[in-house]
Amino acid sequence: MLAVAATKVNKIFGQGDSQVIALKDAQILVEPGEIVALMGPSGSGKTTLLRALSLIDPPTSGQIAIGGKNIFAGDRVLIDDRQLRRQRMGIIFQAYNLIPFLTTVENVALVLTLNGVSHHDALARARALLQRLDLSHRADIYPATLSGGEQQRVAVARAVINDPAVILADEPTAALDTERGKAVMELLRNLGRNQHTAVIVVTHDERMIAGFDRVYHMIDGRITNHGSEVEEND
Amino acid sequence: MNLAIRDVKYRLGRFILTAIGVGLLLGTVMAMGGIYRGMVEDALSIVRSPGADLWVVQKDTNGPFAENSRIPDDLYRIVRAVPGVREASPIAFQSVQLEYGSTSVRTQIIGYRLGNVGGPTAVSSGRPLAAGRYEMVLDRKAGIPLGERLKLRRMIFTVVGLTEGIVSSSGDSTAYVSLQDAQELQFLKANEAVRNERARLQADLRAQPELAGVSSAALAAVTQNTNLANAILVRLEPWADAAQVAKRIERWNHYRAMTTAEQEDVLAKNVIERARQQILLFRIILLAVSTVIIALIIYTMTMEKSRDIATLKIIGAPNFKISGLILQESISLGLLGYGFGALLINLTYEKFPRRVAILAFDQLVLFAIVAFICVLASIVGIRRALAIDPTTAMAGGA
Repeated sequence: MLAVAATKVNKIFGQGDSQVIALKDAQILVEPGEIVALMGPSGSGKTTLLRALSLIDPPTSGQIAIGGKNIFAGDRVLIDDRQLRRQRMGIIFQAYNLIPFLTTVENVALVLTLNGVSHHDALARARALLQRLDLSHRADIYPATLSGGEQQRVAVARAVINDPAVILADEPTAALDTERGKAVMELLRNLGRNQHTAVIVVTHDERMIAGFDRVYHMIDGRITNHGSEVEEND
Repeated sequence: MNLAIRDVKYRLGRFILTAIGVGLLLGTVMAMGGIYRGMVEDALSIVRSPGADLWVVQKDTNGPFAENSRIPDDLYRIVRAVPGVREASPIAFQSVQLEYGSTSVRTQIIGYRLGNVGGPTAVSSGRPLAAGRYEMVLDRKAGIPLGERLKLRRMIFTVVGLTEGIVSSSGDSTAYVSLQDAQELQFLKANEAVRNERARLQADLRAQPELAGVSSAALAAVTQNTNLANAILVRLEPWADAAQVAKRIERWNHYRAMTTAEQEDVLAKNVIERARQQILLFRIILLAVSTVIIALIIYTMTMEKSRDIATLKIIGAPNFKISGLILQESISLGLLGYGFGALLINLTYEKFPRRVAILAFDQLVLFAIVAFICVLASIVGIRRALAIDPTTAMAGGA
């Protein structure tokens, strides 16, 4: 069973003469535990595809299944998008987007509490995960005092805490130097493989390409290949 | 995980400062309510203090607190004979200015027949009037201690007792004296005035001898009649019906007999009604201002959290969780502000120049109103929060 199966995904903004085709018959298939990259120049539709897959901004038409469950078919959303994201997805942002008024451990535990896990259990699981990520000493401080690399690792922890079927990451290394960027990619790859979670990363950072199993190239809203395999990993 | 508590804790200093600002506003609302209640209590204290059942006053008047009422002081003998009347006694009221040291103290003089209805219910310091003349029982509010000697017109009074919380409808302190002293203060003309009247009459008679025939009418101006009072206070037998007794007095004596409740009504409606409406309007405006201010604060706080709210939406927080964050912060702000306001007013209300009566019921009602306006104010923030586009969280820039 594929973790992500999106076929013939189209996204059109505007109408008539002002119509812009942002996605054209995009297709992306990702196995559990696989880490794939969506690469392409600015405006090629990478982030639009990510938003479509997460139903943050649903496509105009197409077919999307996450973990074998159809979430979008034809032109209809088949599931509550927030419920989908908090239960079956983890999302990582370029700007980390940690909630500033929650401590590190609370940021990680938040998704669990949104899923109905008790506050106590959520914090215990979040602490355990932070310990695995070597962040336990930063658990009780606010994100503003963390470095960029630490914030992104916390964001990764927040994305994986609910054992999602897929992690969607939008330029997760763009604000980090090469070393920290690689560390974050390594973390994502290891967590994805260990938890059998598919990871889709939007990036235009060629430095990181070796860390992916496959790469999808996008130009003008089209995926130009079928996810070519990366020949050599670091 | 309560997001509102976490957010408030994170911005605690700013939140408290904002709440203090709201508290000052709500404290003003409470003070206005307390001033109104104090005004009512002050106004009614002077009516309630004698413990009378009926007030007999000049016909077609509303009694001594609303307008001039003059009746013969011996009317009480006739009233006393009415079936159902247990006690009746004249009373005289007059506003005077007491000179004490370098200060002037506005005081409502109350003259009553010693040992009869009309005196203070209790004396908190010193003793009640006993000597009959030239003694005074003063309210503590005047700030004049026991034993002081005060000159008033031709008389010198000694303060022999102090009362607590008996003031006039305008908040002036009261001073109990004997009826005879009060009558002389109110009705006795100054010697110079009497001499002037006599001189004028003699001049008139010299110029127009024919006026000698009507001099009896003019004599009233130069003779001293102090046997007047402003009202007769009546206490009834337990079995007597106040309305019936009042009707009987009015029918054959051509006076007006008002129950204490009517007298209170006259005071409340005629004397303090405008002030009440004014204060009520002011309170409504202040509450409207508070609502707008809380709404603006909540809106601003929501705008500051736009990106966080967008992130919450992206990671799957349902709308009720986001609305709850805004609503709880709004209520916390209002209630904390209410707490500050209540604390402020409870610490300072005794220092106001006029009585400020803070009643638990009023505070409870205001508490409910504040809770309501917080919910109302949060609607603006909630609408804004729910309208935030989640994709704004995906914009770059760490």
